Amino acid sequence: MSITTTPSAPIRPGERPMARLACLAVQPILSRVVRRIADRHPSLFARLGPHRETDFLIDPLELPFALHLRPDPQALVFRAVPREAAPRAGATIRGRFLLLLELIDAEEDGDAAFFSRDLEVSGDTEAVVRLRNALDDMDGSLAEETAAMLGPPGRAILARLRRAYLTDAKGHESA
Amino acid sequence: MAVIPMTKLTLGPIAYHWSAETRRDFYACVADEAPVDEVYLGEVICSKRAPFHEADLPATIERLERAGKTVILSTLAEVMLKRERKATADLAAMDAAEIEINNAAGLFARGKRPHRIGPFMNAYNEATIAWMAGQGATHVCLPSEMPAPAIAAAARAARDLGLGVEVQVFGRASLAVSARCYHARAHGRTKDNCQFVCEDDPDGMPLRTRDDRPILRVNGIQTQSESYVDLLPETGRLMADGVTHLRLMPQEVDMVAVATLFREALDGKLSVQEADARLAALSGEADLSNGFYHGAAGYRRIAMAAPT
Amino acid sequence: MSLAELICPAGTPAALRTAVDAGADAVYCGFQDATNARNFPGLNFTPEELAEAVGYAHANGTKVLLALNTYPPAGKVDLWRQAADAGARMGVDAFIVADMGVADYIARTHPDVRLHLSVQAAASSPEAIRYYCENFGVRRVVLPRILTIPEIRQLRTEIPCEIETFIFGNHGLMVEGRCSLTNYLTGQSTNMDGVCSPASDVDYTRHGDGSMSSQLAGFTIDRFAPDEKAGYPTICKGRYTAPHRSEGYYAFEEPVSLNLSRLLPELIEAGVHAFKIEGRQRSKSYVRNVVSAFRTAVDDIRAGRQPDMADLVALTEGQKQTQGAFETKKWR
Repeated sequence: MSITTTPSAPIRPGERPMARLACLAVQPILSRVVRRIADRHPSLFARLGPHRETDFLIDPLELPFALHLRPDPQALVFRAVPREAAPRAGATIRGRFLLLLELIDAEEDGDAAFFSRDLEVSGDTEAVVRLRNALDDMDGSLAEETAAMLGPPGRAILARLRRAYLTDAKGHESA
Repeated sequence: MAVIPMTKLTLGPIAYHWSAETRRDFYACVADEAPVDEVYLGEVICSKRAPFHEADLPATIERLERAGKTVILSTLAEVMLKRERKATADLAAMDAAEIEINNAAGLFARGKRPHRIGPFMNAYNEATIAWMAGQGATHVCLPSEMPAPAIAAAARAARDLGLGVEVQVFGRASLAVSARCYHARAHGRTKDNCQFVCEDDPDGMPLRTRDDRPILRVNGIQTQSESYVDLLPETGRLMADGVTHLRLMPQEVDMVAVATLFREALDGKLSVQEADARLAALSGEADLSNGFYHGAAGYRRIAMAAPT
Repeated sequence: MSLAELICPAGTPAALRTAVDAGADAVYCGFQDATNARNFPGLNFTPEELAEAVGYAHANGTKVLLALNTYPPAGKVDLWRQAADAGARMGVDAFIVADMGVADYIARTHPDVRLHLSVQAAASSPEAIRYYCENFGVRRVVLPRILTIPEIRQLRTEIPCEIETFIFGNHGLMVEGRCSLTNYLTGQSTNMDGVCSPASDVDYTRHGDGSMSSQLAGFTIDRFAPDEKAGYPTICKGRYTAPHRSEGYYAFEEPVSLNLSRLLPELIEAGVHAFKIEGRQRSKSYVRNVVSAFRTAVDDIRAGRQPDMADLVALTEGQKQTQGAFETKKWR
């Protein structure tokens, strides 16, 4: 039932310009999301300990860009970056977008999915464990919170993503 | 300044399922030739093995005592089944012999009568050692994973209370015990139906990683280090820190020679460097390690600081 | 019939609130240091967080058990004493301890707070348990996961304290409190530092053939075929080779999860006072799902109804599960 994915998908023609455009499009949302989370959940940074200064690369396989996170409360970074322009990361988390979202929301269990093939972790494993534990200490759902910030369209997108993911996951299970 | 008594060398209990004949020969040899002061006897790991060599125990004790060795009887590390509870209670009830207790069931049975605390009792700190001393402990063997600063602090506390302090300085370290027998498991059997396959591995059954690196040894319900602990280079510091007894664990090597090297190094008849080089040669293919002592990964071998 | 309290894990304040809301009778937790056996990065409570959490739990009728279940190395005992003092000030309902020195300190300094004997003390016989009861006033023992139900039933008649057993979660193989495997490879001790297979020493390596290795401090703990699900490199759940096992086998245990849901009625009948759910390092969704399911089941049993076992069994769906030693001696 494990999902086999190619970790680094080959770059398709036209992807690069598209990636840059997509990055520009999502950046304002990302900035708002991360600012808001930082304001509402200050204890998150304490749990990150020394890894507040670690560069995390979150790489959702089916999106045209990756996400660069540097959870330093003094200089918070959360930005969309084209894959080829991604910075050197202390830790990289790569997987399907909704799985990443569910992990953030602790819908999935860390021990189980985190270290399975569904998700690929490279670099500093402790940084990733800290990030997960810090996110897990937030009440409520980060995905819901984000979707709510974007209003009804946001919620609709989240619901659609979840449906698509569930159908897909079932398909894999029976395989 | 307290007078530091001469450091004693001890021989720990045989961890493996050596045959009765091997044991008889081994202890005869120890009695005649090994410069150890004290010898621990008895089955510590698996209660199923005890009947194989119990009958020889009185003769072995007599033989060792005649050779001037102090004999201490060790109790089981794991006590769960009826026969294990009984064996522990019987040993604790003995009057004459010194006993070393390795399980709280033994402490319960012994009450406040004098006893030694074995390495499985987790005497990690001064508070625990003080508690144990108040209950009749006369001697404590520290857990083998303790680093030097903790050993020093524990030894100071124990000495202040008049207790002997022991540290394992040679042989495989005990890393874990379980209710399950991993020797039996490796052969597709269960503990109740083990047919004593552990007898085939007198120095433990080697486990290797899947990229073929040696990692651990299985001894029945016990998991041991692949490397032999070797604190010969550290004996000077151990003694200075107040450790009174140095424990050699029986391995499938020339244990008389091992004991002799330690004794000669302690007595200054042989340089530590020379003794340690010979110990490495004696230990054959086994790696030597002192990581725990230096607060590093146990399997590591931390180089001796240059003499100052 | 015993009360069958449900004892639930809380690795973070959010997980604690989740467990309380899901119906835990008690939660267990620890500080962010070596005083407890789940000293993992980003996990556990600051003193301020714990004080607040105790308030939340008590307001909802839930007890808080503070784990002080590691073994202080000589020279560092004060950290454990201070943790006990802090817990007592905050009004925790019990301390879970393993070390005799720590137990003795609490028994003398905080005699009004209950003492529970941690599984880390490895007390597996009536005599060992009575030693702790008679000397430190221990009121409850958390049993090692090595006894069968008939053995527990018999034990119950021979000890003066309550019994708590694990019913769900990670399945420990080694005698707890006697394991230095992690220290042997990493230099960090389970007993002294509260660390087990620390994430800082974990690496995953993908090989050219699509297989993957999981490593702890550079030692390959397991290697997974391209279509195999990879696991976290815990030494006792790795695959190795032995002289008779050249193919690589689980020398200690398969990576299975303990699930005693089917045995709940029998355990209650055997006199178990409290059921413990493992998993302070797991997510709050795990806590929510597992606690809710067992809450319903225990309430059903108490009310004389047949619990819906299917829900409980489904909690580990997709994962291998076991009833371990509780079901049969053959496990040994």
